[in-house]
Amino acid sequence: MTQLVTRSASPSATAAGPASSGAGASRFRGAGNYLALIPFHVYVGLFLVLPTLIVTIGSFQDQAGSLTLDNFKAMFTNEQFIGSFMKSLQLALITAILGAIVGGLLAWAVVRGNPNGILRQLVIAACGVLAQFGGVMLAFAFFATFGFNGLITMFLKNNLGMAADGSWLYSLAGLAVVYTYFQIPLMLIVFLPSLDGLRQEWYDASASLGGGAWSFWRNVGGPILAPSFLGALLLLFTNAFSAYATAQAVISQGCALITQQIACQMQSEVILGQENVGKALALGMIVIVSAVMAVYAYIQRRASRWVK
Amino acid sequence: MLVAVLAYLILPLIAMLEFSTRGDVDPVTKAATRSLQSYAAIFSYPNLVDGIIASLEIAALTVVGMLAILVPTMVWTVVRVPRMRRVVEFLCLLPLAIPAIVIVVGIAPIYRFIGQHLGPLGASPLTLTFIDIILVLPYSYRAIDSSLRGIDTATLADAARSLGASWPRTIFEVIVPNIRGGVLSAAVLGIALVLGEFTISSLLSFNTVQVVIYLLGKRDPFVSVAVSLLALVFAFVLLFVISRFAPGADNRAQRAAEEPA
Amino acid sequence: MTSTSPTPAAAGHGVAVVFEEMHRWYGPVHALDGLSIDIAPGELIALLGPSGCGKTTALRALGGLDVVDQGRILVDGKDMTTVPANKRNMGIVFQAYSLFPNMTARDNVAYGLRLRGVDADARKKKADDMLDLVGLGKQTTRYPHQMSGGQQQRVALARALAIEPKVLLLDEPLSALDAKVRRQLREEIRRIQIMVGITTLFVTHDQEEALAMGDRVGVMSQGRLEQIAAPAELYDKPKTRFVAEFVGLTNRIDGTVEAGRINLLGTSLPLLPGSATSGHATALVRPESIRLAAQTGSGARVAAISFLGSMCRVQAAMPSGEILIAQMAASDFVSLQPGTEVSVSFLPAPVFAIAD
Ligand SMILES: Nc1ncnc2c1ncn2[C@@H]1O[C@H](COP(=O)(O)OP(=O)(O)OP(=O)(O)O)[C@@H](O)[C@H]1O
Ligand SMILES: [Mg+2]
Repeated sequence: MTQLVTRSASPSATAAGPASSGAGASRFRGAGNYLALIPFHVYVGLFLVLPTLIVTIGSFQDQAGSLTLDNFKAMFTNEQFIGSFMKSLQLALITAILGAIVGGLLAWAVVRGNPNGILRQLVIAACGVLAQFGGVMLAFAFFATFGFNGLITMFLKNNLGMAADGSWLYSLAGLAVVYTYFQIPLMLIVFLPSLDGLRQEWYDASASLGGGAWSFWRNVGGPILAPSFLGALLLLFTNAFSAYATAQAVISQGCALITQQIACQMQSEVILGQENVGKALALGMIVIVSAVMAVYAYIQRRASRWVK
Repeated sequence: MLVAVLAYLILPLIAMLEFSTRGDVDPVTKAATRSLQSYAAIFSYPNLVDGIIASLEIAALTVVGMLAILVPTMVWTVVRVPRMRRVVEFLCLLPLAIPAIVIVVGIAPIYRFIGQHLGPLGASPLTLTFIDIILVLPYSYRAIDSSLRGIDTATLADAARSLGASWPRTIFEVIVPNIRGGVLSAAVLGIALVLGEFTISSLLSFNTVQVVIYLLGKRDPFVSVAVSLLALVFAFVLLFVISRFAPGADNRAQRAAEEPA
Repeated sequence: MTSTSPTPAAAGHGVAVVFEEMHRWYGPVHALDGLSIDIAPGELIALLGPSGCGKTTALRALGGLDVVDQGRILVDGKDMTTVPANKRNMGIVFQAYSLFPNMTARDNVAYGLRLRGVDADARKKKADDMLDLVGLGKQTTRYPHQMSGGQQQRVALARALAIEPKVLLLDEPLSALDAKVRRQLREEIRRIQIMVGITTLFVTHDQEEALAMGDRVGVMSQGRLEQIAAPAELYDKPKTRFVAEFVGLTNRIDGTVEAGRINLLGTSLPLLPGSATSGHATALVRPESIRLAAQTGSGARVAAISFLGSMCRVQAAMPSGEILIAQMAASDFVSLQPGTEVSVSFLPAPVFAIAD
């Protein structure tokens, strides 16, 4: 028996001949099957899990490596840190809500068009680019539009004689505008599949039973879409909360947002005793984002229960 | 309403085009002129050219590395150890819950180690490949996963095995050709993500294209905008091509799997 | 069963429905091309036709889910052509997936009642009664995704009937189900329809289903009604070539027409109205009208035999190489084997003939 197990477990035995390649062998869950997954796990362990552990453990250590809670004390008492968290949370919340509403409407407009049309594919591809690969480049897009020499700024100055200088763009308000710019297309991409899942038959059935548009949306369409909408909103929230590139490009001085604050801490590890505060802030971000993602995953599971 | 939203989305792109094609002010008429000098100037910044080349190299390495790690693992999980599917999925989607900035904080010591022990190679921006593979995992995973769900992978593998194919042959000659739509999407998404990556390369002080664009923006914003626009257009063309070909095929397969014959 | 007049199935309180010269264009596609049908109160009309012939379009027009470009729809004598769907009071059962996924079976059935302001208790009672009627009295709190396709369609039927509609519309409600459930459910739908006495339009592309369920069957082609008649009449006396070819299995046999009769392989048969009047023609002959008997030296041979329960279908290869299909009671075929030489004869029923 022992011999059988070890034989089947070795990869060479699995590939030995017809006898071991039949249905029986393919259902056999030997340790050998798991061996094949080792490279993946080692890699992810080394470059994802280990960094996360370094952050987690480091945030409980002082620079000498002994256990301390001082980093967290600093995080919760220093107004600068609290302010950064609050700014990031606000920015994320506002742009997520704006993006979800506007992007949701845009998605609705796209869904009503031809499902195989070239226009739809163009919009989706464009949204994919703007939502996920923008970062620094989107900041430059806005400099070119609303910046000191931007298209709109120049237009207002030269043609309407307005005293526009574009400096608002380089503030948190400007950042909110730029963030919303990538939240809208992200919403479209995330929400479109749920809208595609709405069936004409549901609307027709509701109408034949005496329901108008309002009854349908209130009783059927709304409840079906609600979980996906909420899930998308959460995804947008974490997206904005985690963003660094755009913020850094728009507001390059200072440590306004929490992501920038962490970068500042990282680059100024000279301040004695503060070396690991950045790690505590990073852990704080992990906690917030993970909590939101957990809610997101739960909602997604509920949403997919109804709409297959 | 829709028009307003689309205008809002398109306006900055038009502004980029306008901004990057501004020429010198005509000395006689004082009128603005149009020129492509900002685009031509790209080549007069060696840093920028180096950054573009470095990013393209990293993108290529990342795609190769990602496929090498992900495809065999995912196929193997589906056909041999389905109970590990959730674990692999969890690990692949984990980067979504760990912001890039946090990964940088945790990975900096590891990179310091690599820099000290791998000699000249350790100082190369190409080492960013290691971490970029992690960053693209969630997107690549989803693309490949939707393809794998579209076909009956386990049965295909059983069929190939029963005809005498070895595991490598089964994976690369039977299964991969059937999920090529997903593999292609994963590769394209990977390239686009790497070309747009800023956070990690900037904080680890590697001059990738985004870092150079960012730094150059303070000196010559016209060239920065020109490169940004080119990069966005490049990513758009890539994504449009896959949406035109790959996912369509996948959707069909998925629909066929859902609907009774 | 041979009369063409409507035969109401039950003396219920159904209403009459009239389609008057309906036209519908989708761009260049002429989906309805002057469709006219009279449906008697309480009657079940099965609309049969190939894919794309306009069946769904006609049904949706009656339900108010689609408009007609020309023509009128009268229900109980009143013009309903421009009344919106939610004011028509018609129960519709769709092909599949039409249950609201966020509601239980009971809530689905009660939805129409809720829109009519029925109070919660009465709603629940009525919904449960309707679910009982379709045999799902024990599954009232299940969600659609927890039910089989057949159960879902039963709920959809209960939901459509709960609002006590004037007319019941069914658009291929069984086509997503497997054969056994399909047969079972169609009998049940028919039973309930007769019990309720509701005027019903049943759209299908399955001719067996149409012939089994309809009081009358309407055959459509390219937006037009080819023929509407009781099932037996439609089968035995097709009025047009399309109906003769589309309904049932047909053999095509060459012959010559003379004086209102056709001569087929030495047998003279009467012709149906609308047939060719002279010269060479192809007769469309039902398998049931063909008789095969073992006889050596006749040239035709049995090629294959398949048993369909009490019936038997035999393929015979003619000397020319053509294959004829004959169908008879299984007992008549005991002497036949593949390879047996057989003679071919015909029952004296009238056939449809097309000029060559
Ligand atoms: N919304 C629409 N837009 C354009 N053309 C349509 C539309 N609905 C139906 N058609 C066309 O009208 C014709 C009739 O369609 P209809 O759906 O009524 O056919 P059907 O008899 O129900 O076919 P099936 O058996 O396939 O359901 C078809 O040619 C179809 O392509
Ligand atoms: Mg139809």
